[in-house]
Amino acid sequence: MDDGVKQVPNPQAIAHQHVVFEDGLTLDSGVTLPRLVVAYRTYGRLDAARGNAILVCHALTGDQYVAEQHPLTGKPGWWEMLVGPGKPVDTERYFVISANVLGGCMGSSGPRSPRDDDETQLWGTDFPAVTIRDMVRAQARLITHLGIARLFAVIGGSMGGMQVLEWAATYPERVFAAIPIATAAYHSAQNIAFNEVGRQAIFADPDWEGGRYWQSGRVPARGLAVARMVAHITYLSEQALTRKFGRRLRAGASVLGPYSDVFEVESYLQHQGSSFVRRFDANAYLAITRAMDYFDLAADHGGDLAQAFAATKTRFCLVSFSSDWLFPTSESRAIVRALNRAAANVSFVEIETDKGHDAFLLDEPDFHRTLRGFLDGCAQHAGLS
Amino acid sequence: MTTAEPLAPVRLLAKNLRVDLELIAGMIAPRTRVLDIGCGEGALIAHLFHTKACDARGIEIDMKLVTQAVAHGLPVMQGDADSDLAHYPDGAFDYVVLSRALQAVGRPREVLRQMLRIGARAVVSFPNFGHWRVRWQLLARGRMPMTSTWDRMWYETPNIHPCTIRDFFELCHREGYAVERWLAADDSGRRAPWRRAPWLANLFGEQAVFLLGVQR
Repeated sequence: MDDGVKQVPNPQAIAHQHVVFEDGLTLDSGVTLPRLVVAYRTYGRLDAARGNAILVCHALTGDQYVAEQHPLTGKPGWWEMLVGPGKPVDTERYFVISANVLGGCMGSSGPRSPRDDDETQLWGTDFPAVTIRDMVRAQARLITHLGIARLFAVIGGSMGGMQVLEWAATYPERVFAAIPIATAAYHSAQNIAFNEVGRQAIFADPDWEGGRYWQSGRVPARGLAVARMVAHITYLSEQALTRKFGRRLRAGASVLGPYSDVFEVESYLQHQGSSFVRRFDANAYLAITRAMDYFDLAADHGGDLAQAFAATKTRFCLVSFSSDWLFPTSESRAIVRALNRAAANVSFVEIETDKGHDAFLLDEPDFHRTLRGFLDGCAQHAGLS
Repeated sequence: MTTAEPLAPVRLLAKNLRVDLELIAGMIAPRTRVLDIGCGEGALIAHLFHTKACDARGIEIDMKLVTQAVAHGLPVMQGDADSDLAHYPDGAFDYVVLSRALQAVGRPREVLRQMLRIGARAVVSFPNFGHWRVRWQLLARGRMPMTSTWDRMWYETPNIHPCTIRDFFELCHREGYAVERWLAADDSGRRAPWRRAPWLANLFGEQAVFLLGVQR
């Protein structure tokens, strides 16, 4: 593992485009954040009727840099394959907005932000617990700030898909079309369990210092990297790992040699872990995984998921991926059935792929055709040119 | 749900798309809510949306066709007539369409019940197993018929519940469904002149389309 990573660039040190809501935000926990900051990016142009806005919700470790070079990593935007001029989410036609989630570490209010009562201190683990609905409320503030009454579409995969569902349930009149991808209406026990392994790895790193690592300027790099490694396994499928690495050994490595990286898959995971540490904050990782774990949309609506979408006019398109075992097709189908019970307009496609959960970020032509076509159809119904 | 290569049931739309669509579409009033079960790539729902301003949606079991439909902007979900209709509330649609798939579902009677629970009316089309060619082949050769409509060997056909026009009238009677309209059509989907006489239709009709309601 990369032991050199003890000091990493502070993601908050970059000037992210943002808006400040001085009246704060009251959270599901009852706590009021005195001051709400939402960092965001936009692509394309808002039309005169303000009707062509699409909100893209990011996943656990994503951010608002959807379709441009990332200011910290220098890598292309995480959904550049899908969002851009002429792409399925066509920025020549739609006005695309993406916000860093509440609790995140790319400029929105989160554990890495200065406290409101003492600007010299960071929130750290004192940052109040947030929920997916809190994230959506923060986004709604941004959307209102941008002068948009109704979003043409809300799109997101994984935790982004949870936000899409929450948007449709909390602000049905503000969402014309909802596209929850590779997601679920609640976080399963298995998924909570994987998140817990990641959190325990962070807690166990002495450099975490009870969550106050920012005081010493160190970061719990080992713990966060292990959390990422575990999570990364859940994003892939067995077939994908086999196809990419199989049982291949690293050049010159011997199974019976000294105890170090032997299999290619090991060094791949370690690389994933150490590069993640350079761009993500450990306390934000704790806060956001907790928000995912809390998520249970049916429980918030009397135990009946159909109630969450009662009388909805939103047009839904659910997409799942056949080899995704983190958010399997059965979870999407359960949402489809709840939407059927609510007599909602719903499209549903399972994309055949061996790439696992990660498929929603990758080149999957059938998925891209589906997304483009669904948006086209909705644009026709919404009367967009 | 996903066998290695699911065989497509006999599809009305395969032969003469326009004529057949219009036979069914002709039974559907404009600006109504329609669910098309076994909608394939969604030709009927596109037709109903564009020509009659219907709120038309579809269910299709074959994922490739679903993907094609959604990629063309049509509201289609992957699902199964036998298991997915139960999730809709009563009276969610004005019409529920089952186009040439009745003979391929596991429990046709239950599917019909569900259709008339979730919709005020059902439009059902099916290939007629009582056609004279089918009867003749069975009589003369003593083997399962192979015609342009029934074109798969008995051991690999997905059409596991074939019925005749007369059988269908009988089932509607038994279940208490009102046959509001019906017609038989020839091979190319054109209306047949003998539509007034059920026994003639049962002999010469290659396919039938029924508009059903629940008897009050």
